[in-house]
Amino acid sequence: MTDSILQVEHLVKHYGNVQAVRGVSFDVKEGEVFGLLGPNGAGKTTTVEILEGIRAPDSGRVSVCGLDPQKNPEKLKHEIGASLQSTSLPEKLRVMEALKLFSSFYKRHRDPEELLKRFGLEEKRNTFYGQLSGGQKQRLALALALVNNPQVLFFDEPTSGLDPQVRREIYDIVEELKREKKTIVMTTHYIEEAERLCDRVAIIDHGQVIALGSPRELKERSGNKTRVEVRLQQPDSPEILKNLEGVTECRELNGAYILQARRPPQAIVSLVKHLEAQGNELLGLEILTPSLEDVFIELTGRRLRD
Amino acid sequence: MTNFLTLTRMRIELTLRNKMFLFFSVIMPFGFFFLYAGVFAKGHPVAVRYLLGPVMALTVMGSFWGLSAALVMFREQGILRRFHVSPVTASDMLASSVVANLILTMPTIIVELCFARFIFHVMHFGNLATALFLVALGTMSFASLGLVVASVTNTMQETQVINQLIWLPLIFLSGATVPLVDLPHMVQRVGLFLPATYLVTELQDAIFWSAAVWNRDVLIALASLALWACLTFFLSAQLFRWEPESKIPRRAKLLVAATAIPFVLLGIWENHSSRTISKAQAMSESLNAPSKPDDHSK
Repeated sequence: MTDSILQVEHLVKHYGNVQAVRGVSFDVKEGEVFGLLGPNGAGKTTTVEILEGIRAPDSGRVSVCGLDPQKNPEKLKHEIGASLQSTSLPEKLRVMEALKLFSSFYKRHRDPEELLKRFGLEEKRNTFYGQLSGGQKQRLALALALVNNPQVLFFDEPTSGLDPQVRREIYDIVEELKREKKTIVMTTHYIEEAERLCDRVAIIDHGQVIALGSPRELKERSGNKTRVEVRLQQPDSPEILKNLEGVTECRELNGAYILQARRPPQAIVSLVKHLEAQGNELLGLEILTPSLEDVFIELTGRRLRD
Repeated sequence: MTNFLTLTRMRIELTLRNKMFLFFSVIMPFGFFFLYAGVFAKGHPVAVRYLLGPVMALTVMGSFWGLSAALVMFREQGILRRFHVSPVTASDMLASSVVANLILTMPTIIVELCFARFIFHVMHFGNLATALFLVALGTMSFASLGLVVASVTNTMQETQVINQLIWLPLIFLSGATVPLVDLPHMVQRVGLFLPATYLVTELQDAIFWSAAVWNRDVLIALASLALWACLTFFLSAQLFRWEPESKIPRRAKLLVAATAIPFVLLGIWENHSSRTISKAQAMSESLNAPSKPDDHSK
């Protein structure tokens, strides 16, 4: 824990009767990209907003850059940069004006011109915020998070609602920041994003961390098994499918059967034989390489997007 | 301090780019000006001078509309949240609203005075320093009222309803539209509890009767407006919300009643002494009398 720049211990937050965060603990090392992966409403944003000092926890201990966000919010804000979820800027504020405005609030600042160039917004410098595309708005949000050259960056769902092309552009930006050894805490509900960008991931569900480790560790922990998703004409029993040769696990999820297979070809052959014998038919079959989605399904019995 | 200054600059630039501003801060006040000067005063310089007080008061009071709406819109759209993660404080945000509003209102007032001078040939503006003092303090007070409205309302719709509920008595019971002396006695008594009444009467006192800043009535009006501005600003800072989803506790709305204290006390006293109504009566009579309006400057 000595090189950790951010620590969270037993964090709890309620909204009325709803317990949004239920004893979350983790730490983030300097220069690491740390992901909070979980479905919508899992408590990721609340956790990040507590770390940013814009929301107060009910209990638990938080330290960011050696500061308590509740006791030293003003000091902390000079050390962090944030790209928030569901935020905006005034419609009639120009791109360059926004960068200069936010840059003026901080003790330390980066050259707005350099940020403009780096985030590919040079041609949009005089464009009103309201006229930017979704991707450009998001690039500006990330640029604004960097205006004070912060020690820790918080990206809350940085690619949510963006099309795949723009999403990849944002990945490139985060990867570049990663190469610069920036400490980044990001929330996401995209598996691909967490696997590609994060050094370590905390999987959050119902306000609790249910797994924590590097994407590779997490996948290994779940057995690195290939997922075979099948749809059948007539229902079958997961218990029977589980005992087929090459299949280690089976569960039914929203009408589909999810088979975990160590040797997928063998599992598929035995499945086809079984279906023939039963007079059942295969309506669809999908083979998916091991991912964090499998870890999530294994731990919760649900898909991330359900 | 620098955050407040840069925010003030931003607010001014953004407001100038807003078409709503053009309507509320330029078209509407000038519309009132020409209605009063051209129609009610029939272009007669003395009558125009008499009506300049109510016209300027309307310009000053109108500013609270746009201000409360802008702040609520900033909150609803999640713009305030973005500022919340930066080192900007609630006081920076609120003070910049008030000062930007002051800077944007003053030119409108100056243009109204220029129109009065060059179009309607008003040669004397009484005690202009007093009038400008009242305008400045009035603008800040009514802007702070706008901040309170923004603090206690949760949605834009609510803000517009509350603004209407405040705006109508302010303009109809204060002498800003119908002269105070022409209002029924009971309505006059209610009007004495409104800050707008003192702004209208003392602006008229300054311009029509050349009342000096140290005139007792002017000082009372200035002090009451200043105290009211401080209370409303303090309360709005206490109730300030950055997040669109955070709602105001019902209990906090009761605190708003506390900001009315200065004008409740002044209203009780004025109802007892009837000084303001007598003065409005005297000014109205002197408009029709042949004597020069400046004669009552003491």
